[in-house]
Amino acid sequence: MISEFTMTDVQTLADSLKSRFGDSIVESVQYAGELTIELKKDALISTCTALRDESVFHFEQLIDLCVVDYSEYGESEWKKPRFAVVYHLLSVVNNQRLRIKIFVEDSQVPSVESVCDVWNCANWYEREAFDLFGVVFNGHPDLRRLLTDYGFIGHPFRRDFPLEGNVEMRYDPEKQRVVYEPVSIEPRVLVPKVIRHDNRYQGIEK
Amino acid sequence: MAEIRNYTLNFGPQHPSAHGVLRLVLEMDGEVIERADPHIGLLHRATEKLAESKAYNQNIGYMDRLDYVSMMSNEHGYVLAIEKLLGIDAPVRAQYIRVMFDEITRILNHLLWLGAHALDIGAMTVFLYCFREREDLLDCYEAVSGARMHATYYRPGGVYRDLPDSMPHYKKSKWHNQKEVNKMNENRSGSFLDFIGDFTERFPGFVDEYETLLTDNRIWKQRTVDIGIVSPERALQMGLTGPMLRGSGIEWDLRKKQPYEVYDKLDFDIPVGVTGDCYDRYLVRVEEMRESNKIISQCVKWLRENPGPVMADDYKISPPKRTDMKTDMEAMIHHFKLFTEGYCVPAGEAYAAVEHPKGEFGVYLVSDGSNKPYRMKIRAPGFPHIAAVDEMARGHMIADVVAIIGTQDIVFGEVDR
Repeated sequence: MISEFTMTDVQTLADSLKSRFGDSIVESVQYAGELTIELKKDALISTCTALRDESVFHFEQLIDLCVVDYSEYGESEWKKPRFAVVYHLLSVVNNQRLRIKIFVEDSQVPSVESVCDVWNCANWYEREAFDLFGVVFNGHPDLRRLLTDYGFIGHPFRRDFPLEGNVEMRYDPEKQRVVYEPVSIEPRVLVPKVIRHDNRYQGIEK
Repeated sequence: MAEIRNYTLNFGPQHPSAHGVLRLVLEMDGEVIERADPHIGLLHRATEKLAESKAYNQNIGYMDRLDYVSMMSNEHGYVLAIEKLLGIDAPVRAQYIRVMFDEITRILNHLLWLGAHALDIGAMTVFLYCFREREDLLDCYEAVSGARMHATYYRPGGVYRDLPDSMPHYKKSKWHNQKEVNKMNENRSGSFLDFIGDFTERFPGFVDEYETLLTDNRIWKQRTVDIGIVSPERALQMGLTGPMLRGSGIEWDLRKKQPYEVYDKLDFDIPVGVTGDCYDRYLVRVEEMRESNKIISQCVKWLRENPGPVMADDYKISPPKRTDMKTDMEAMIHHFKLFTEGYCVPAGEAYAAVEHPKGEFGVYLVSDGSNKPYRMKIRAPGFPHIAAVDEMARGHMIADVVAIIGTQDIVFGEVDR
């Protein structure tokens, strides 16, 4: 699955990133043949522009942008800021991938700089991230909701938003229009338990 | 002199050319588009949120329903991401089966696209021709998984079961007498591989038929040549992938550049366009169908010669045999645990991408060591494509918007997720 060739490639990329952006990189992780760098929040735009333009990196394509809400991650308390904005970059010329992470503190308005000017396709990805997680992208040309209903309240992909939602919608024949009401459905979870330590095989492995 | 005003036109969500539930707000100067603002989300089902409350294997079924015309390719992306986190590989035979079904899916998708795209801009016949061949391929889906569309066939560690030894037969009815039924069952008398092998021999002729109808057709060319031109630089900036990127002349295909499964052992070519207009993208997709057909016949040849397991032999992720369950208590427990609680995936994150018929389909999985994904992000190829409608449609006539939506191969199941 993970060939030797890509593994060394990831190592070279990690080294050249470290020598070029040493101060801006908080952490650099290699896992499953993929390279993730965590950037300082204020270095985002300058680093991204350099990553796009410099021939060693040449990440001309932003493949994906998403937010992760870490508030319920793992068993112990999450020490880092609540939200992470994750960028997946692809270089068509150099055939390499890179993942960038920026951590954003939870506040009234969690915000990060927009990369719309660096990669134009970030426009909709940032609108989606804003809609679902409420992370505001400063400098975005048109930050409207994208996926949820017109007039929707809340940010549905946050971990504290209930899976079944808050309101439900139906057509009211008497009022002759669509009405919104509080949800009536009970949450139904097929696998109620979250299982973390599978000790079925521990005896066998020893 | 009549007064000329700007119009704002609401296109969709119930327009047949809006490919599902696209609402497009068009600002127009006469018939010329000045701005297109797509409103999406009418099919949003929060797949990613739902996945967070279900065990890993229970989410495979949701993947089919993302891009509901290329079902197995979606599963492939998800399954690869899990395998990356678990650090396992599927047996070689399963990899060949997956590649074969990925390519069957690609043909399925492109046939639907071709039929619908042609129908949108005025050609009726192609649609009927395309659906004739789709029928055979959907029968393949049914034979192997029991479902014609939402297969749920791929599993982490392999595929659900091996290819069947026989194909289902047609039966006599009031519409078809015995003689007709015998003729229809002719290519179904052998195994599954015989059936699909027979299909690969017939299919190039069918593609010639579509090309006879369209490639040199004057009306088709007038509607597609020089419509929606995307330069290579803009294509990269706008995040286009797959045939949309290759139509603009960039030779980029994950099957060649970052090969997964057994694509590096197969012989096929990557068609690339020149001008980046709708016509070039049409040519690229038609040529891709021929290449997919080549890949399928190579897989059929290999699968005939190499029997073997199709699922990793690890009770942690794959269920034990039914016969073992009847006699072995241990197997019974494994089965029960797997289907109720699932398996725990080591903490970490992985992104796996496949060359989906529409472009790069990626799944970004974050695991915190539990039996459910902590966060799943689906990178749907259609999402940046529909975002590019605005730029592609500017300055074109309103009728060209239909051609542009068609050429992007939009399916709302994946755009809205």
